[in-house]
Amino acid sequence: MSNVVSGPHTHARPTVSWIMGQVILALVPTTLFGIYLFGFPALNLFVLTILTAVFAEAAGLAMMGRPVRPFLFDGSAILTGWLVALTLPPWAPWWIAVMGGLFSIVIGKQVFGGIGQNVFNPAMLARVMLLVAFPLQMTTWINPIPMFSANAPSFMDSLAITFGGTIPHLDAVSSASLLGNLKTELTLGHKVPEILVHSHYSIWDAFNGWTNGSLGETSALLILLGGFYLLFRKIITWHIPVSMLGSAFLWAFIFNLINPDRYEGVDFHLLNGGMILTAFFIATDYVTSPATPVGKIIFGIGCGTIAYVIRTWGAFPEGVGFAVLIMNALSPLIDHYTRPRIYGRLRSGAPIEASK
Amino acid sequence: MKLFHFRGGVHPEANKHHTAHKTIRVMPMPKKLYVPLQQHVGAAAEPQVEIGQHVLKGQLLAHSQGNISAPVHAPTSGTVVAIGDFSAPHPSGLPVRTITIEADGEDRWMECNIPADPFELDPTEISTRVGAAGVVGMGGATFPAAVKLRLGMRSDIHTFIVNGGECEPYLTCDDRLMRERSIELIDGIRIVMRALQPQKTYIAIEDNKPEAIAILTEACKPYDNITVVAVPAQYPMGSAQHMITTITGVEVPADGRSADVGVLVHNVGTVVAIHKAVRHGQALISRIVTVGGGAMTEPQNVEVPIGALLSDVIEFCGGFKEKPARLVMGGPMMGLVMPHLDVPVVKGTSGIIGLTLDEITPKPTMPCIRCASCVDACPSGLVPLEMASNIRSGELEGAIKFGLVDCIACGCCAYVCPSQIPLVQYFNYAKDELAAQQRAKHKAEETRKLVETRKQRIEAEIAARAAAAAARKAAKAQKASEASA
Repeated sequence: MSNVVSGPHTHARPTVSWIMGQVILALVPTTLFGIYLFGFPALNLFVLTILTAVFAEAAGLAMMGRPVRPFLFDGSAILTGWLVALTLPPWAPWWIAVMGGLFSIVIGKQVFGGIGQNVFNPAMLARVMLLVAFPLQMTTWINPIPMFSANAPSFMDSLAITFGGTIPHLDAVSSASLLGNLKTELTLGHKVPEILVHSHYSIWDAFNGWTNGSLGETSALLILLGGFYLLFRKIITWHIPVSMLGSAFLWAFIFNLINPDRYEGVDFHLLNGGMILTAFFIATDYVTSPATPVGKIIFGIGCGTIAYVIRTWGAFPEGVGFAVLIMNALSPLIDHYTRPRIYGRLRSGAPIEASK
Repeated sequence: MKLFHFRGGVHPEANKHHTAHKTIRVMPMPKKLYVPLQQHVGAAAEPQVEIGQHVLKGQLLAHSQGNISAPVHAPTSGTVVAIGDFSAPHPSGLPVRTITIEADGEDRWMECNIPADPFELDPTEISTRVGAAGVVGMGGATFPAAVKLRLGMRSDIHTFIVNGGECEPYLTCDDRLMRERSIELIDGIRIVMRALQPQKTYIAIEDNKPEAIAILTEACKPYDNITVVAVPAQYPMGSAQHMITTITGVEVPADGRSADVGVLVHNVGTVVAIHKAVRHGQALISRIVTVGGGAMTEPQNVEVPIGALLSDVIEFCGGFKEKPARLVMGGPMMGLVMPHLDVPVVKGTSGIIGLTLDEITPKPTMPCIRCASCVDACPSGLVPLEMASNIRSGELEGAIKFGLVDCIACGCCAYVCPSQIPLVQYFNYAKDELAAQQRAKHKAEETRKLVETRKQRIEAEIAARAAAAAARKAAKAQKASEASA
């Protein structure tokens, strides 16, 4: 009773590790589906990325002379590693996983001063670095080949794929991503509807996830399930997902209406690439997004718009990662201009006039 | 009735069911009472009794000093045995001037000045009687009630709000008071209405107290200018500012008081004290205290004489069932941690809460993850996470920009913080720092003024001496010329 402590003397239940745990829980369905869809190599990659991230976190904390245990068990490193893994091509070699895990934690987080201090979302930073530095490995997309199915690699085969770096019959098992294929075909002068028919695009497959893509990004259905769970648990608010997906929707709708031969439809933009995963799980990262509801809406609109612009007119087929990083950098500025109004004061900070 | 909404706020577990159904018990008079001279906002009272003097119950012990102050009175009849320092009910436990009375066991009232009809009294006379009885805000703010009334009488109050919000968890003293003393409460309300002449009067009660709402609605039936309003249970509804916004939709200016927007708010306990002061001429010498928390054997509401030690009150309630991890005076959101049990109950003591380790859920503080729960929770529109980071780096100006001076210390931010950052502690520290800086600045300013005045005085003296010398010289010269002529 001797310590002088201020109130409150009671506390709401949620803690940092509980929040991280809830986010991980929300990722479980899409993760399990991704591992099932792409088999043992995906499992190897997933485990390896998380292990590297956790190791990097422990090493970073030890080097900075911080207590390792409480920070290691707050769950944030596991979550970062987990998110990096979900954005990787499922049969990528081991060193992609290791570099992703290391880069996200060391460069993305620890050099800024650890949890809560980073400017950019660590997972997105790692993904974008890998994409720019290793475009070949980062765009080798495996067609769905479910675990234990006839042609699926056994566990021993998977070790050769992950650690040997050789994918047998690569041409047979892989294909370009829809976004990448579309970008190439458009430059050849083909029209969107033809390209989509030609590449067997199906809204239903894109929605339930039976398509090629990153380890955990294919199933819009399961990602939405996790996203709604986070909303239900009040871990995230609706502002960023709705404004991000809404703005992407709006741009896609408008341009598709103007010229459907050149611009893909709404469903294509929302269901492909990491759009939905990013909207619910990456853009909503507390540390790197604005603090107020208005700020969050501006941030979300920025993410959706920039992603659409890069996808449609930029050199890269996928723009969500870049969009999030650009908006991360703008977050402090958005926060500065979207402070809530203080009780009894005008937005300018001057006291309000007494009104009787 | 249309109510208005304020942003933020939290819904802590109410924990009122342990005590809300139990009748208020009156505590027997302890042998010794310790009456601090400072139980209110403003200047401490000045003793006007002597050691060894016999006093009657309700007799004035120390009179108020200056514009904002309140007197204190004898809680029972007995002998003044000490006028000196005694531990204050404050986390520091530092001694404050206190008058100690040894009860004679007779509990004999002094002769009280009872008006024939309080509704014939002049408004000024009402505020004088309230002031003389030492009534202060009993919701915990302890602002002298008479000062508030006088301010109200000058500012043309159109709305009088009786605050029965009681939004702090565990506390049920106001709830029980409204249920058991509705007649006294309404009489007090009518006395205040006589003083202020408001157009509308509301008794605002959080909707988690349906019994109090029902009883007061019934009791108000004869008075069609008093309305009982059920307001949503949302902490900090009991904050006067937020209560005003909820009822009227108007905000109190950051640089003003509620009277500036034509509203006056009194806690229900204060209004009952006003009733006693004006109707019966009795000073404020006891109050209802919620004794609760998981560590308490028999949680309940007790009417306690001011000056009784916490140990006396807790013993009356059967003692602790386990050693409390934290003993709090007030509610668990804004209450103060008590250093030990040998401190007295004062006019602002709404609760004595013994919290177990499980109830205070202490966890290690982690770094801020900028989740902004605190921004969503703040009822005043501040950005607690930015305030805290500014304070950590010594930037008081930055903290002010994000709302430090507008912080009401309600604790919503720290309550929701998943990193368990003691935000209120940060803000209290920064407010103290700011006050110290302002005092230093004021002191420097005063010193400069004194130096300036002294310089002017010396210059004036030199000038005067020079003038006198010149005059003497002139007189001498004239004399000489006269002599030579």
